[in-house]
This record gives sequence, C-alpha cells and structure tokens, in this order.
Amino acid sequence: MNNKIKHSRGDRVILAINNIMLGIIVLLILVPLLYVFLSSFLEPNALIKKGLSLSPSDWSLEGYTRILTDGTIMRGFLNSILYAAGFTIITVTISILAGYTLSVDGLVGKKIFMFFFLFTMFFGGGLIPTYFVVRDLGMLNTIWAIIIPGAVNVWFIILARTYFKGIPNELKEAARIDGASDFRIFISIVLPLCKPIIFVLALYAFIGQWNAYFDAMIYLDNRDLYPLQLVLRSILIQNEVQPGMIADIQARNEIMRISEMIRYSSIVIASLPLLIMYPFFQKYFEKGVMVGSLK
Amino acid sequence: MAEIVKTKQAIQVSKPKKMHRHLEYIKKNYILYLLIAPAVILTIIFKYVPIYGALIAFKDYSPIKGIMGSEWVGFKHFTDFLTSPNFLQILVNTIKLSSFELLIGFPIPIILALMLNQLRKSGVKKNIQLVLYAPHFISVVVISGMVFLFLSPVGPINAVLGIFTDKPISFMSEPEYFRSIYIWSGVWQGAGWASIIYVAALANVDPQLHEAAKLDGASLLQRIWHIDLPTLKPVMAVLFILAAGGIMGIGFEKAYLLQTSMNIPSSEIIATHVYKRGLLAGDYSFATAVGLFNAVVNVILLVFVNQVVKKLNEGEGLI
Repeated sequence: MNNKIKHSRGDRVILAINNIMLGIIVLLILVPLLYVFLSSFLEPNALIKKGLSLSPSDWSLEGYTRILTDGTIMRGFLNSILYAAGFTIITVTISILAGYTLSVDGLVGKKIFMFFFLFTMFFGGGLIPTYFVVRDLGMLNTIWAIIIPGAVNVWFIILARTYFKGIPNELKEAARIDGASDFRIFISIVLPLCKPIIFVLALYAFIGQWNAYFDAMIYLDNRDLYPLQLVLRSILIQNEVQPGMIADIQARNEIMRISEMIRYSSIVIASLPLLIMYPFFQKYFEKGVMVGSLK
Repeated sequence: MAEIVKTKQAIQVSKPKKMHRHLEYIKKNYILYLLIAPAVILTIIFKYVPIYGALIAFKDYSPIKGIMGSEWVGFKHFTDFLTSPNFLQILVNTIKLSSFELLIGFPIPIILALMLNQLRKSGVKKNIQLVLYAPHFISVVVISGMVFLFLSPVGPINAVLGIFTDKPISFMSEPEYFRSIYIWSGVWQGAGWASIIYVAALANVDPQLHEAAKLDGASLLQRIWHIDLPTLKPVMAVLFILAAGGIMGIGFEKAYLLQTSMNIPSSEIIATHVYKRGLLAGDYSFATAVGLFNAVVNVILLVFVNQVVKKLNEGEGLI
C-alpha cells in the first residue's frame, strides 16, 4: 500500500499494534522450532533441570550418532524417498494427461467425466472396502499399495486443467491447420509450455507423500518397508526405542535419557531437509494455490 | 405443409444424428480419451469398486464367502451402531471437534491476511510469510510428536506453568484438553499457509480505492471493513462450503496420533472408531456401516451448507 496521504493518528496506533501482533505470531512459530532444534543437541537432564543451557558440558551429539548407527531411521528415509519419487511420477503423469483432455473445448462427455471425478471427492465406500480392494489386488506389503491407490488426485487434475485452459487456443488451432494430430499438439505444443505446472504438482505430490503415514500404516506390516513417518511414529508417539539404538545400555534411566535425545534429533533429521529447501520453492507453492483458486 | 413435415423429420432424426456426431468426434479424437483413461480406470478400481464393496455394511461379511456370498442382514449394523452405548459420545466428539476447528480455524487465516496486507515493506512481508508457512511443511507425525514433547509433565510448557502452580498438568491424559490441543496445534501448523489465498486476493485490490476512501476520511478499520473484506467474500464462500462439507470427514490422521488411552472420552471420533473396529478388531461389516453412515451425513451436510451460503452470498454457491 503506498502512502501518498498520511495516516491519521488512530490509524497509526492500529498499525503499530498490528506490527507488534505480527511480531508475536512470528515468535510463536519460531520459538518451538528453535527449541526442538537446540534440544536435539542438549543433554536431556540438563534440559529438564536448567532449561536451554549454553554451557558446553551440556551439549552432545549422542542423539544423532545413535540414530545414524541404528539404521532404522536411515532405512525409513530411503524408503520415503523411493515412495515419494514413485508416487510423484505416477500422480503427476496421470493428472497432466487427464487435465489436458478435460481442458479441450467441445470435448464430448466432459460433463460426465467431471461428475465422475468430483463425485469421489464427496462420497466414497470408506476405509474397509478400499482396504479390501488393495488386499485383493495383492498389493499389501508392497510399494504399490503406497503409490497406486491414491494416485488419482482430483484436485491435481483440476489444477492441471485450469492451467491448460490458460494456453491460448490460437496456438493449438494454428498447429491443427498445419495438419498436426491431437497427440502431436499435446506432445510438441502443450507439454513444453506446462513445465511450471508439472513442477508445482510434483512439489505438492512429493511433499504430500513424504509427510504421509496413514496408507503405510494400514497397508504395510513389514518393518523393512516402513517409510520415515512410520518410524517416527513409533519413536515419537508410541515411545518405542529401536533396539539397535540402545543395545549397549542396561540402566533404565539411561535408556530414558537417550530416548529423549533421540526424539528431538529424529524430529530434526526428518523435518530439516524440507524446511531448508522450501524457501527456494516458495513462489511455486504460492503459484499452485493461485492456479487452484481461479476455478 | 411440406416444410412442417420436413422439420418434424429433422427433429426425429436429430437424436440419433447427435449420437452419430458424438461417435464421429470420439473416433476422430480417440487420443484424448486414451489420455484420460489411466485416471478413469484407477478411479473406478480404487473409488467406485469400494462403493460397491460398501455393500458389506448390509451383510454379515465373512472372508470365506466374500462380498457376494455373505448373508444380507439389512440395517442390523446401523441399528447396532446407533443404539450402542458410546454412539452419542462418538458422534458428539466428531461434531464438536470439527465444528470448533472450523469456527477457530476458518477466520484466523483471514485475519492474518488482513494483518499482513498492512505491511508496507514487501521485503519484511516476504520474510514474515516465509516463517508463517514453515510449519505447513512439517509432517503431522512430527507435529504430534512435538505436542507430546512440549506438553509432557516434564516438558517446557509445564516448566513455565510451574512458576504459577506446583503440580504439573498431564495434558495428554486429560480428556478436557484434547480438543484445544488438536485445534490450536492445527492453527499453529496451518493458518499461515491457509492465508496465502487471501493475501493474493487482497493484492488485487485497486490501491486507488483505498486512496479515495482515505480522502473521504475513512479510518483504517473502516477501509478494511468496506474495501478489503468484501473483496475476500467470494473466496471465503467457496472455502467455507468446502470446509463445512468436510465436518464429518475430519482428519483421521492427527486425531489418531494424539489419542491416548486416557483421553479417549473426548478423542474417539467416527474415523478412529472405524479404524479400530474394522482393521484392528476385524469387525469389517460393522466398521463399514459406521463409515457409510458418516459419508451420507457428510453429503447431506455439504448440500445443506451450500444452500445456506448460496442464500447469503447472492446466489453464488459451489454447486
């Protein structure tokens, strides 16, 4: 907002309050994040007794070294990368293809297709029947259970369709007059123009899958296949310590101490990569929200 | 006369002709239908087949007999659920949790966007937004883990509260705290991200409108009320319908993570009940019936909210 006309005194007071409130909100978000980050390097006993301590004797990397030597988290990490990458490739491909078809003017059956997809956003058979389908297809305890059942994302299809609608029809018409087929038009005219939307969808898909735990929880029993989030769930929520992390320790309170550290450091290991990377992609995320809002 | 007969004939042939024209189109553009085929096939398999599978809600499903072979029992599982002693509690928990979430979670992003909109330095605004969005990228498992760590009897919140009282509160085992924990951790994680769409809408407001209003002596709050808020109304309407339509479909994921054996009196909702009775206890038909009950209520709610918003929003709804 530019400031050609001076604010009245009342307005200035309100603006000042506004700035202070925003400052407080920023702190409310930053402080818990920083607390977790610092705690992951602190001896838990010091943490409980003294709070955040700056004396070097209270600092330790033990949480991290134990996580790295155990390997459960690292395997979860690799599984998650595999699942997220596979899911991203499949769901983005499906969305782009379907979104293109639905963006074509005069497509016969467009209304039927739209209803067919939108209906599933508001009504479904529920958890158990879906589980049965996945089970009967023999997908339980395989990567397919994670990356296939959720691959059709109606929201993504609508995002892609909206984006394609923004591509001028003249471009396609010109190619058609030159004798290009629909497929050719799609491959050589439309696809090169839609790198941004592919990128936006890929980011959403990857992060969505990276942070998900539910499908893995119901479809996977085999711990070797667990994605990172399920490993974290057992550490953070169910308070299970991986045996490999504490194999050398006997005393109960020692185990308590270590598991407290492991909890903080596993949060950092799991969350830091995304938190460091997302600022670089911020404008793409915002773009995705925008495209979707155009309807 | 001859002409009338001709038009009559034309009308009579128009239907098959239309069919024919459509077939021609499909033949000519079959590639388009191939492109959409993967999405259609997967949707049939993983969305529509389960709707058929939901028939087991009306049967006594036995794994040996399969969906078709199992015996019909009509509405037995539904009446079982509706008359079970904890039905009312689960239903009330579900409705309370999600409607409170809507009441608190819906306006906060709007207020946040209006506040951000007052910042004149775009650099400062960008940096603040960067911080506000960050929690959105943390997984729900980690958020719940942080909640457990922070609210544990030996955690930092109790350490701060310890200044005022000497007895630590075990937040996670007291049913009375569950809803607040669920809702405010959700606000912490999602409000910043949810404000993006409103911030963008506000960026489209013509600055001259504000200048003119200022000349006429309108105060900041008046301008927000009469210029900014009306701009946001269409976006608000759509998002409200979507959110309200999801009331019964409240996210299972976080509720299940934050549930402890102690806070179940307020944390057991329909979705967690379905999961536990169905997949953990193997009570397939009953759990499917509960899920179906939930889905039907959800659709009714969506239609209802859409009608109300249509009335309030000059005939503009979602469907």
